[in-house]
Amino acid sequence: MKFSGSRRRFILAGATLGGGLLIGYGLFKPRDFLGDPQLLPLNADEVALSAWLKIAADGTITVAVPRVEMGQGVHTALPMLIAEELDADWTAIKVTQAPIAAVYGNIVGMVDTTPIDEANRGPVGVSMRWAYARLARVLSIQITGGSSSVRDAWLPMRTAGATARLMLLEAAALRWNVKVGELSAHASVITHTGSGRTFKFGELAGEAAKLTPPTQIDFKSSTQYTLLGKAIPRVDIPAKTNGAARFGVDTYRADMLFAAIKASPVFGGVLKSVDEEALRKAPGVVHVVKLDDAVAVIAETTWHAQQALNAAAIEFDGGAYAKRSLAGIFDDYARAMAVGDFFGYEDIGDARSALTKDPVIQAEYRAPLLAHACLEPMNCTVRVDVDGAEIWCGNQAPDLMRMNAAHALSFPQEKVTLHTPYLGGGFGHRPEPSTMLQAIKIAQAVPGRTVKLTWSRAEDLQHDTYRPPALARFKARLDASGNIAAWLHQITSPDGVPATMARWYPQLPLAGPDRTSVDGAAFLAYAIANRRVEHCAVAVDPLPIGVWRSVGHSTNLFFVESFMDELALAAARDPIDFRLRHLTARPRESALLERLREISKWDTALPSGRARGVAFGNAYGSIVGQVAEVSIVGGALRVHRVLCVLDCGRVINPDIVAAQLESGIIFGLTAALYGEVHYDQGRIKQNNFGDYRLLSMADTPEIITHLIDSDAEPGGVGEVGTPAVAPAVANAIAALTGSRLRSLPLRI
Amino acid sequence: MSITLNINGMSRQLDVEPELPLLWVLRDKLGLTGTKFGCGIGACGACTVHLDGQPVRSCSLPVELARGKAVTTIEDLGGAHPVQQAWIAAQVPQCGYCQSGMIMAAVALLKAHPAPSDTEIDQGITNLCRCGTYPRIRRAIHAAAGAKVDRDA
Ligand code: FES
Ligand code: FES
Repeated sequence: MKFSGSRRRFILAGATLGGGLLIGYGLFKPRDFLGDPQLLPLNADEVALSAWLKIAADGTITVAVPRVEMGQGVHTALPMLIAEELDADWTAIKVTQAPIAAVYGNIVGMVDTTPIDEANRGPVGVSMRWAYARLARVLSIQITGGSSSVRDAWLPMRTAGATARLMLLEAAALRWNVKVGELSAHASVITHTGSGRTFKFGELAGEAAKLTPPTQIDFKSSTQYTLLGKAIPRVDIPAKTNGAARFGVDTYRADMLFAAIKASPVFGGVLKSVDEEALRKAPGVVHVVKLDDAVAVIAETTWHAQQALNAAAIEFDGGAYAKRSLAGIFDDYARAMAVGDFFGYEDIGDARSALTKDPVIQAEYRAPLLAHACLEPMNCTVRVDVDGAEIWCGNQAPDLMRMNAAHALSFPQEKVTLHTPYLGGGFGHRPEPSTMLQAIKIAQAVPGRTVKLTWSRAEDLQHDTYRPPALARFKARLDASGNIAAWLHQITSPDGVPATMARWYPQLPLAGPDRTSVDGAAFLAYAIANRRVEHCAVAVDPLPIGVWRSVGHSTNLFFVESFMDELALAAARDPIDFRLRHLTARPRESALLERLREISKWDTALPSGRARGVAFGNAYGSIVGQVAEVSIVGGALRVHRVLCVLDCGRVINPDIVAAQLESGIIFGLTAALYGEVHYDQGRIKQNNFGDYRLLSMADTPEIITHLIDSDAEPGGVGEVGTPAVAPAVANAIAALTGSRLRSLPLRI
Repeated sequence: MSITLNINGMSRQLDVEPELPLLWVLRDKLGLTGTKFGCGIGACGACTVHLDGQPVRSCSLPVELARGKAVTTIEDLGGAHPVQQAWIAAQVPQCGYCQSGMIMAAVALLKAHPAPSDTEIDQGITNLCRCGTYPRIRRAIHAAAGAKVDRDA
């Protein structure tokens, strides 16, 4: 599907994204926040007050967390929302991974993909977001991603907490025969104001569960908060210091088997031949499983399986794609740009005619292919029985995983038990079902046995769903006072979200404009009278592409914020001043840049040989700005410090936010300085950390984070640290050397 | 080959090939899954354990080289070790996957350098963390070094 431009076409495009799925949406009731309490499995002494929490007689409150823990702190931050409104004793809170059910679906993550400016609160914006929310409810994807966990849980989980609190108060009022208004709750204890009598939550939970949930609740005002805004220690951390934390790859049974796999190194290739005899005779090997495009070995240890595969004589047929390369993809991009089949995401004023007058400033930028490289390699453990299957797999979308597993196994979904342990990193790689689908085929060869498939690091790097390469062109013109009069930004890349969705729903034709392709490029905060942002979607088959921490922002913010510095230079203005001149109507963004100027001591001189660069942007409902300080010593680039200011609205847990910023910055710096996956002869060259370098302790700069006080709605946090660091460093390099690096990774 | 190993103070008798890396003995033969697999080539340090108190990358250590030596894994540290306590105080782990190896490396570093400088930390902690917990690891090591003076752990 291709559209070329006007706003009316956007709406059409938005409405068609879900295809036939939208039919019948009108039958759905408003989102039922509380869900069915019966969804939660109970111990004898427990009762559930909604799908979100259960209370035991001893007062233990178990919160069902709908998102997965991959280090971003959701197992702490989301229960805090419930505990706050419930007036629960935080030390009584326990966490469980929510089961699979529609009530836990992620609405905000989907609404974020609406291809329209989120600042648009007019009828078009409102109705489009409404349609996307409806679609999200129909699909009800239980996905963790898009920095959406807190934003999505903000309403339902506080509702669950406040509702449960009222039910407990009502139960106490009935027992004492007093009015609810005479009662107060604090730290899981209900007190009758007049008499001083008390009940503990655990004593009343059984009676509360029999009551009808109230239809009206009041949320606390922020001045009443006792938990939100506090640096509550993360609940998952102790187990992550003593080896007790279980990741998918730690699934262990005394009688289990271990598998390794080697897939066609050429994407789209098939298995031609394998010396099965020899493989079977290799030490420790139990079974050999041939797949269309891979060979798997089941053995007594993972190492035996890996060794056997490494030594095996295996031939693949690369087929039509054996010559594909990244250079070829960039050639395709350039050809597509010349044809000019663009989808306009944003078109304000008349950029094209404004750009016919000289002088026009132009630049071309590039971003390479990147892998996720989670430290826990992709893996999945499966046992297939006659009438069902059990699966252990760290994943970012349990419902999609189970759906795909059931389909592959030809079992009804309820016959498939999926366990989602901790994830050893996700970053967008773990909504992907491919490893699980391989593991299912492998386990089917040894029915009744538990088999763990672990990808080698080479498989993990060579069969990822990569961040797509991107090519961007800018044209801009300054007016007489040095402000941007016209801005044209053209981006070429494949659409990553439809590619990802096609792997979840192979039977469903999903297409349409992918908002994430222009995230960080369209709907900028900068006021520019004539601006046009357009995207040309070019397929990169058979290269599998997906979503990578901060998705479109990760490339587009590098393009935009580097080019902003180029324009500031052309206008002979200070980079922060230049940005502020285009932000006069945006107080939050302006305040953030001013704060960044202050904490980075932007206006003071650095020791000679050092320079600063700035970058800033909006992402996932938050605003982030960074200043990087760099030097070049002996030809080597060194990033000394990164200062980061974040406005993410109301802060739920400041220490988790700070940790996510540090993490995002280091993740972004790895990409900025080293990140590059080579695609040539149809295959990926990288095979381990030796040629896919990660930032180390010694390379890591000092990182200083600063959060803006705000009581605006919470914004996203998990990905917002990542995109600004590459342009901040590139701008610092340009300030230091006078030369502009327009391609990632940054090579001086 | 039959081999007797001393793992976390316990004697374990196993029948394995001499070249089987210690990592897979721990994980796949004994179910001691606290020690992680990240790269298999000694590059990431997720598999770090101690051999007679020295840090080693167990993915690259044939099990026969552990014969007659004391193997210590993260499971043996208990949880109250000053380094673990410093890790909790600094809220170091994110996904947590690298942290067993990081903690084992830090314990060894602090044994060699009771009050390590930043440069000694840079040189001593060469493990990789994809989540970027390095700044907090540095902080926790400094804190643990301070704590050690008091507690002499
Ligand atoms: S798994 Fe041993 S160093 Fe990476
Ligand atoms: S905490 Fe995730 S790899 Fe270090």
